Amino acid sequence: MNKPTLTVSSSPHLHAKTDTASIMWIVSLALTPASLWGIYVFGLRSALVLAVSIASSLLCEFLLGKLSKESTIWDGSAFLTGLLVGLNMSPSIPLFIPVLASAFAIFVAKWVFGGLGANWANPALAGRVFVFFSFTTPMSSFVTPKTLASAMPDALASATPLGFAKTAIASGTLGMDTNALLQASSYPATSFAQSLSAATGFSAYSIDAFLGNVAGCIGEVSALALLIGGIFLLATKIITWHIPVTYLVSVGVFSWMFGGIPSGNGAFSGAFFPSMFSGGLMLGALFMATDYVTSPITRKGQIVYGLGCGFFTFLFRYFGSMPEAVSVSILLMNIIAPTIDRYIIPRKFGDTRELRKKQKEAKV
Amino acid sequence: MQKVPTFSKGGVHPDDKKVFSRSQSIERLPMPSEFIVALSQHLGAPAKALKTKGDTVLKGEKIGESAGFISADVHSPVNGVIKEVRRVTLANSVQCDAFVIVPDAEQPDQKSEMLDWKGQSSADLLAKIKDFGIVGMGGATFPAHVKFTVPRDKKVEAFVVNGVECEPYLTADYRIMLEKGEEALEGAMICAKIIQAQRIIVGVEMNKPDCIAHLKDIANRKGYPIEIMGLKMKYPQGDEKQLLKATINREIPSGKLPLDVGAVVANIGTCNAVYEAIVLGKSLYERVISVTGECIAKPKNVLAPVGTKVSDLLAFCGGFSSEPEKLVSGGPMMGFSFFDMETPITKGSSGLLALPPQKKVRSTACLNCGRCVAACPIGLMPAKLYRLVTNGHYEEAMQTSLMDCKECGCCSYVCPAHLPLVHTMKTGKKLGRKKK
Repeated sequence: MNKPTLTVSSSPHLHAKTDTASIMWIVSLALTPASLWGIYVFGLRSALVLAVSIASSLLCEFLLGKLSKESTIWDGSAFLTGLLVGLNMSPSIPLFIPVLASAFAIFVAKWVFGGLGANWANPALAGRVFVFFSFTTPMSSFVTPKTLASAMPDALASATPLGFAKTAIASGTLGMDTNALLQASSYPATSFAQSLSAATGFSAYSIDAFLGNVAGCIGEVSALALLIGGIFLLATKIITWHIPVTYLVSVGVFSWMFGGIPSGNGAFSGAFFPSMFSGGLMLGALFMATDYVTSPITRKGQIVYGLGCGFFTFLFRYFGSMPEAVSVSILLMNIIAPTIDRYIIPRKFGDTRELRKKQKEAKV
Repeated sequence: MQKVPTFSKGGVHPDDKKVFSRSQSIERLPMPSEFIVALSQHLGAPAKALKTKGDTVLKGEKIGESAGFISADVHSPVNGVIKEVRRVTLANSVQCDAFVIVPDAEQPDQKSEMLDWKGQSSADLLAKIKDFGIVGMGGATFPAHVKFTVPRDKKVEAFVVNGVECEPYLTADYRIMLEKGEEALEGAMICAKIIQAQRIIVGVEMNKPDCIAHLKDIANRKGYPIEIMGLKMKYPQGDEKQLLKATINREIPSGKLPLDVGAVVANIGTCNAVYEAIVLGKSLYERVISVTGECIAKPKNVLAPVGTKVSDLLAFCGGFSSEPEKLVSGGPMMGFSFFDMETPITKGSSGLLALPPQKKVRSTACLNCGRCVAACPIGLMPAKLYRLVTNGHYEEAMQTSLMDCKECGCCSYVCPAHLPLVHTMKTGKKLGRKKK
């Protein structure tokens, strides 16, 4: 018998198929429906924005790889960050802004804190918030989606639904609040949504927001496309339901319970579904808040985290003056996540209620 | 439909890979030219040598004597002569003295008469189990006489027999249940008598429906009050903590034993060994071992004497069909990889695997994904422990329940970053103990 060259290693000698890179590529794949929808309704320039974001993100990762002599460009994380940055941009954004956002995401948010796995903030979100506060005007100028072009009056200047509501509140001219908008369908709607609304009873706005016929960032407009990706991630067990479901439902519930109060309609009159489909919430809940690195490690902790995100998102949406509720909420909870992990730890096997009772009795 | 029981916390579902050897009946290994019988084939203190170089030994003769409370006797597997006493390294990296025995050309058949056990007292049976060197055959090799010694203030409500064999590849217990089911169940009855168990349960995973049916049939036919319980497949169900949770829904607290929750657990192979000892008067000097894996030409379940060299087993199974990357003693999740083909098998060797090269994946930083936390059957946070140990905070790691880790491998198995989590736990435990 010829002697083989044998490897000696610690157990286990089997491994599940998933690895870091495959996770990153699967998440990127799950973002395809949303990306394609964005390119379809906002035109080819959206594709250019996405390409520039991804390319600049990869370039930054490549440069850092040269610097640290350790190439991490193929682990897919930089690609995903770039894609998320791009999806969080307005279709009309000047191209230097996504470049800056990607650079900030990779250099400042990720690398400075020790690279993949050590960053406290979601890099793509940090990049977005950085450029938002630096270039607020281009970051909040949007394009009317192709599907809504005939219905959109010039006066609205392709505002996003939530931005539209905020402006209205701030100027006082329209006498509206976020909730009134979400419920009363003052935002222009497609004829398809209007007829479906008449048939089903859902507001035309929530139907359009669900399908993606509203102005907004490239990747955030279609709740449906994002949900398809999210369900794919759940099915492939890349994410679990804990964060997205608690996040979405808590925003819905908080909005329903308290959303009507600022407009004087009292409690339990707010918009449940429209609040879930509006703004960047779906993108945030399914793809940003679920970022492993910056969310709690235990399932219980993830539920707390989701609830926290939901609470802050509701708060900023209804009582804040900036249209950045989702990004800021998730970043806030990113800060709190390590604390959650410190205090919410799994129950140890054998540490049953009876045992605790016995120990308590023994002490007394 | 009734819910199939299993344990609730954590666990993983590796591909069971039992297909290679599951249909192979147990075959006896032809007499090898040399045995290396180690004196440390059990958990606890190595046995004290009773023989020396040049001595002749008989099959079943005691050659090593238990040297401590937790220790076990060692017996010669053949009639032969001790060529030398040598220091050896076993597959699990334990180093100990071993007898190198050259068997006689003629091995007379030993007459075996059936002994009646029902008339014997518990204490006598227990003494015999010690005398015949019985240890846990599942892999942990805990001396059986210690396990079966029930303190006076404790009662055994359930005796749970482990027929789970949750490790992928291994089929030794499966074959024992199919081919030696009667003996094993009678052995279980003997064990139950020793510990005076009120209830006897055999836990078998649902991937072995033939075993479940066969054992049920035997229990019915013989009128044994034994419950055969089918369990949902999940690794590590064969661990006593998970097995007790699955079968009798009790959790052993940290640092406690099954006896603390009124149970004793023994492997199905151990029950068979107890039967052979008590009824056939045969000491534990041979065992069934699955020689399997993608790289074995003819995977088999071999009845091999303890002390058989790995090279002899491989030769019997047709050698390698392709070059293996690893040789593993035991199952792939908790087994030990080794490199020396002259390594002898011991009482705890349940499997010998030749595994093919695996895709090399470079480990990345921890992503904090939480898969390890979800997979840990004990409820630990492997990622956190990893961070503590790699940064040298051994004391804090120990306060964070590092010692409760039983190295089942679930965390490493699922880790997408391919971090050596189990390896780090093992290292942390050693260094943490040293510091104390």
